Amino acid sequence: MEKINDKMAKLTIKRLSPEEEFPDLSQHNNHMAKVLTQDMYTKLRDRATPNGFTIDGVIQTGIDNPGHPFIMTVGCVAGDEETYEVFKELLDPIIEDRHGGYKPTDKHKTDLNPDNLKGGDDLDPNYVISSRVRTGRSIRGFCLPPHCSRGERRGVEKMSVEALDSLSGDLKGKYYALKNMTDAEQQQLIDDHFLFDKPVSPLLLASGMARDWPDGRGIWHNDTKTFLVWVNEEDHLRVISMQKGGNMKEVFNRFCTGLTKIETLFKDKGTSFMWNEHLGYVLTCPSNLGTGLRAGVHVKIPNMSKHDKFEEVLKRLRLQKRGTGGVDTAAVGGTFDISNADRLGFSEVELVQMVVDGVKLLVEMEKKLEKGQSIDDLMPAQK
Amino acid sequence: MTFSNKRTMDCLHWTLRKTSAEVLQQTRSTTKAHLPVIHPYLSNCGNKAMANNFARILSSKRNVGIMSLVGAGSLTAAFLLNREHVTAGAQVRRVYPASAEYPDLRKHNNCMASHLTPAIYAKLVDKATPNGYTLDQAIQTGVDNPGHPFIKTVGMVAGDEESYEVFADLLDPVIKERHNGYDPQIMTHPTDLDSSKLKSGKFDERFVLSSRVRTGRSIRGLSLPPACTRAERREVEKVVVDALAGLKGDLAGTYYSLTHMTDQEQQQLIDDHFLFDKPVSPLLTCSGMARDWPDARGIWHNNTKTFLIWINEEDHTRVISMEKGGNMKRVFDRFCTGLKEVERLIQEKGWEFMWNERLGYILTCPSNLGTGLRAGVHVNLPKLSKDPRFTKILDNLRLQKRGTGGVDTAAVGSTFDISNLDRLGQSEVQLVQTVVDGVNYLIDCEKKLEKGQDIKIPPPVRK
Repeated sequence: MEKINDKMAKLTIKRLSPEEEFPDLSQHNNHMAKVLTQDMYTKLRDRATPNGFTIDGVIQTGIDNPGHPFIMTVGCVAGDEETYEVFKELLDPIIEDRHGGYKPTDKHKTDLNPDNLKGGDDLDPNYVISSRVRTGRSIRGFCLPPHCSRGERRGVEKMSVEALDSLSGDLKGKYYALKNMTDAEQQQLIDDHFLFDKPVSPLLLASGMARDWPDGRGIWHNDTKTFLVWVNEEDHLRVISMQKGGNMKEVFNRFCTGLTKIETLFKDKGTSFMWNEHLGYVLTCPSNLGTGLRAGVHVKIPNMSKHDKFEEVLKRLRLQKRGTGGVDTAAVGGTFDISNADRLGFSEVELVQMVVDGVKLLVEMEKKLEKGQSIDDLMPAQK
Repeated sequence: MTFSNKRTMDCLHWTLRKTSAEVLQQTRSTTKAHLPVIHPYLSNCGNKAMANNFARILSSKRNVGIMSLVGAGSLTAAFLLNREHVTAGAQVRRVYPASAEYPDLRKHNNCMASHLTPAIYAKLVDKATPNGYTLDQAIQTGVDNPGHPFIKTVGMVAGDEESYEVFADLLDPVIKERHNGYDPQIMTHPTDLDSSKLKSGKFDERFVLSSRVRTGRSIRGLSLPPACTRAERREVEKVVVDALAGLKGDLAGTYYSLTHMTDQEQQQLIDDHFLFDKPVSPLLTCSGMARDWPDARGIWHNNTKTFLIWINEEDHTRVISMEKGGNMKRVFDRFCTGLKEVERLIQEKGWEFMWNERLGYILTCPSNLGTGLRAGVHVNLPKLSKDPRFTKILDNLRLQKRGTGGVDTAAVGSTFDISNLDRLGQSEVQLVQTVVDGVNYLIDCEKKLEKGQDIKIPPPVRK
């Protein structure tokens, strides 16, 4: 107690009025800007999470990035687990809007039992080039990347690496810290398409998550290069299972096994992942709540993608398209990244099932279009 | 001395220093949670007149309440167990010791990294200025930008005037390194904006294409761009724009807010080379100065387009006097007149510039302390610039070269931006004189080389 009193850590807050502080959101098009009113801001401005994260920290990225007329970004981040409680008045409506009407009273189910997935091992490899499932996990007790201190970030790294180092069998692997990597290691990771770099997107930079780069950041992967963990990028951990070809079942199997093992290891150390009944797994961006799961394939659909019903089909299947460079990239040569659009309100198994069933259908449609046939009778119902 | 109430300035500064220390003392000894202390500066100030002056300076027409909330150990322990929110600004318990938080600076080459020892870090890391600005915030840009092996950047910024006091243990050695041995603990900085003292100052226009003098000014009582809130930034804009509206004669002009500019106005400003854009340099963005862009940012210029002010870019204000051709004297005259006029106008409303005897004018980057002045020309030196002695000549003349796009750009053809190296420890008049004398020397060398004569490296000018 004396140590704390000794330290000169008192903050004087200049209180110009909340009206004077309220951001100008007139040019903005993101979820935060749609929801944040003067009254809400006035109320929330007086609060901070126990770790000192304030409303201005939550919304800074949304103020600095007005958005795009066609893409609706979230426009806010969490600095710690408590953000979702302390600033519920702002975050609940954003979550509802972003996650298809998910209410503050709804419960999210977690299902990481890969046996519950039907099929998924036979996506046509002539079309499906690769399969991948990713999610994120946050370690309870630590602040999230927008707000964590260097010491906390290093703590996350240390704890994560200790847990990962005790994985065995086909999950046995190695950690490469970004700041200690040799040139040879770096080149190998680039060639494997594993290396993540300091973010350049202003959406991420404006939230403060790139501070102190590359301190505390690194990549872990198993020896067979099919299970990969990013440490301290946009979230504490990003967990990725991937392989070439269309065997999504195997990818998902490994995903669930690995995650469950890692979670057990953390529990042994006296901590756990941030999770609750309402929001599922808690991550930095509200868009990744629930499962935080994106299951996807790189699939060759040059004909289907030019079809005027393409977007409609994706919408009904609850899928989204991206370029093969990931979010915000364009597709190259008719090859698309197709993945689930949802994160929250559906379990992991349900989401992967949607991808498996949906991609199967898309490939069927592609084959039909190749032969010059119509796809009208294949049009799916809205899921 | 340009201030009508220099004594008050000194007293105010002393008050600032004293009361910051008093605030420190107070918080160290307290154990009670949430002790509100209104106006810490005023409460410790014995002199009514000073207090009144300060009250005017710190309060705007709207109500400015300065509240310090003092947290305590008993409250903070509860934080860990308690999911409920706390009041914004309450003390946050530090989980890790300073040694676990100390940045990894092994690959770094900037002034902050050179001077931030683990001991200094441990000493300063739990301190905050009365506005809540911390060491970690001040050094973030230097941690995020290791630097370049050949260019040594400063690597830290100030979030407010008090930063230079509270973090003096780090900032003083940084200032000393950056400003050629200037020791803020024992030296004083001369301010001299009497442009009539400038000798000669009209360059040969066969060589000099344009002349320019710039500096920055900060409004006392409001946080600097890395730390200011939106409302503070808007207050800066309001105070400055109100003052500029009072300029007359050849200084009369118009303000263009970045948020409300029309396309046509924007195009005109681009064509005039006046428009500044959201910074892209990570040196700047990592400090937090680009938050909320373009809110409360703007450009003011006089009708003749020779006097220009940037509002809320890297500093509260950047003041620029410029014209085509080589009449540096006229540029400097207008610079001084304009600055003094603006100062008079803000003082009428009870505001002042941040200034003290130790550091001169206070700006965001320690490299711009003192005069904050960069006087320069765009000069064509086709022969001299290819001479291997060019760099040494510039060094001895205390000049630096840049490309004509400004800092970090390369020269186009043989036209260079030549300006003073120094900012602190010499007055405005002295620095502009250095540029005048130096550029005249360079032109002389160029002329000699044109005639096939040899040139000499000049002896180093007095520092």
